[in-house]
Amino acid sequence: MKFMLMMHAPRGEGDWAVFNWPSEDLKAHINFMKRFNKELRDAGELVAAEGLAGPAQVRVVRAGKGGAPEVTDGPFPEAKEFLAGYWIIDCESPKRAYEIAARASAAPGPGGAPLNMSIEVREVMSAPPVEV
Amino acid sequence: MDFTGENLLRELTPQVLGAVVRRFGDFSAAEDAVQEALLAAAMQWPEKGVPDNPRGWLIQVAARRMTDHLRAELARRRREVVVAMQMPPDQVAPAVDSEDDTDQDDTLILLFMCCHPALTRSSAIALTLRAIGGLTTAEIANAYLVPETTMAQRISRAKQRIKTSGVRFRMPSDRERAERLGAVLHVLYLTFNEGYASSIGAHLQRTDLSNEAIRLARVVHKFLPDDGEVAGLLALMLLTDARRAARTGPDGELIPLDKQDRTLWDRNAISEGVALVTDTFSRGSIGAYQLQAAIAAVHNEATRPQDTDWPQILALYGLLKRMTDNPMVTLNHAIAAAMVHGPSTGLKLLEALDADERLAGHYRLHAVRAHLLEMTRDHEAAIAHYRAAADRTTSIPERDYLTTQAARLSAERQQRQVPPG
Repeated sequence: MKFMLMMHAPRGEGDWAVFNWPSEDLKAHINFMKRFNKELRDAGELVAAEGLAGPAQVRVVRAGKGGAPEVTDGPFPEAKEFLAGYWIIDCESPKRAYEIAARASAAPGPGGAPLNMSIEVREVMSAPPVEV
Repeated sequence: MDFTGENLLRELTPQVLGAVVRRFGDFSAAEDAVQEALLAAAMQWPEKGVPDNPRGWLIQVAARRMTDHLRAELARRRREVVVAMQMPPDQVAPAVDSEDDTDQDDTLILLFMCCHPALTRSSAIALTLRAIGGLTTAEIANAYLVPETTMAQRISRAKQRIKTSGVRFRMPSDRERAERLGAVLHVLYLTFNEGYASSIGAHLQRTDLSNEAIRLARVVHKFLPDDGEVAGLLALMLLTDARRAARTGPDGELIPLDKQDRTLWDRNAISEGVALVTDTFSRGSIGAYQLQAAIAAVHNEATRPQDTDWPQILALYGLLKRMTDNPMVTLNHAIAAAMVHGPSTGLKLLEALDADERLAGHYRLHAVRAHLLEMTRDHEAAIAHYRAAADRTTSIPERDYLTTQAARLSAERQQRQVPPG
């Protein structure tokens, strides 16, 4: 079963919260993510994983007249969280997907304390089952 | 026997692997060595021609790789000399013309190993496709839409798992045999389903998986011709696969059984499947795969949907229901009951499933209920359940189908509500 895990990170004050972390903590966080992705790959469960550029670079696009792109700045300033990255995993059960999501959620933040970010878990649509 | 390159290689894979594992004992390393030998053959044979004894050639090349591998291991570890190492590589390979009956045992033993219950289902499938089916890691990764590195890890973990759980290269004991064969059949069944279910639209190429599962089921059936469940599974695959061309429309949309163009069904596959089922039933053996195959056979034998022998299907589902605790069977039983005794009988049977937590809120329960409600002409409720089902399915073609059903009923209802004139 394939699942998409979407990591919603706290946006923080003004800029992205992560920019205000001490460098040691940031390093620990990055190392955790690298290790975590390697574990998923070694377990034969990783399909894809990407981190997304910070909220300052978000653009929202709508089709305008004649289908031309109408680009506006994002994100919405009141949003407390934003999508910071995602994984697509292929695992045996929803239970296993939740376990993986919980590991990602506990990624270390300032002071090495777990961030407990919210991870949205969505099953990826697949083929219909075989009718009997 | 088909002597054209790829098919020949795939056929020889388990025999060669069996011979190498038998000689060297190390399944994991032997499997890698055989893959290398297959690659070498795929590159050399088209140019230089197939050798007189392709099996012997492959064994010899794989055995050399094994020897190299063992040498490297030895040098690295500086451990005591392995007996095999004292022989020159050419003597390591068994006599190349020894075509004895260990071949068929080897293939079965390998299947039992690859489908060992200690493995997760997905890793058992991957390992079986590679070690028995002779598919490359890239091909398997492509079929399951995951990166090759991920699939490679899955396979290597599966092999590691076999190593650590101490599974030996030998036939399971009589005591374990039924259970272990059940695991093998389940892996083949899942492989078939993966290929068949996804053989629509953009994923057309994945039908390779169902062909491969059918091929492997044939291999098992050839070695165990008297096993009713093996024959039953092969028949079930053939009878299901026979409908493949009729199962989807030009845009990849799902077409339910009663709306399919039955002239598109594969008559040869149906005759073969029906013959297999008839044969196992006449021997008095009965099992879940045989019953499912029998049900598929009854469907396939009806030239028109209205000719379907529903009382017989109902009886078969009744037997199947007693044999398994699968709520999907209860669901299908309810459909058959509705076809024989009317939709309200079916709806009554569905009520029992509301309490089953494996199925409560499952899209299939909503979809079947919607269908039966439509039969009772309670269109309002049917629309609600089609929509609930569409909201819960994890398949896009199915969601499209269910949404379309709801939209069709809504449109009919609105048309009726338009005042005349």
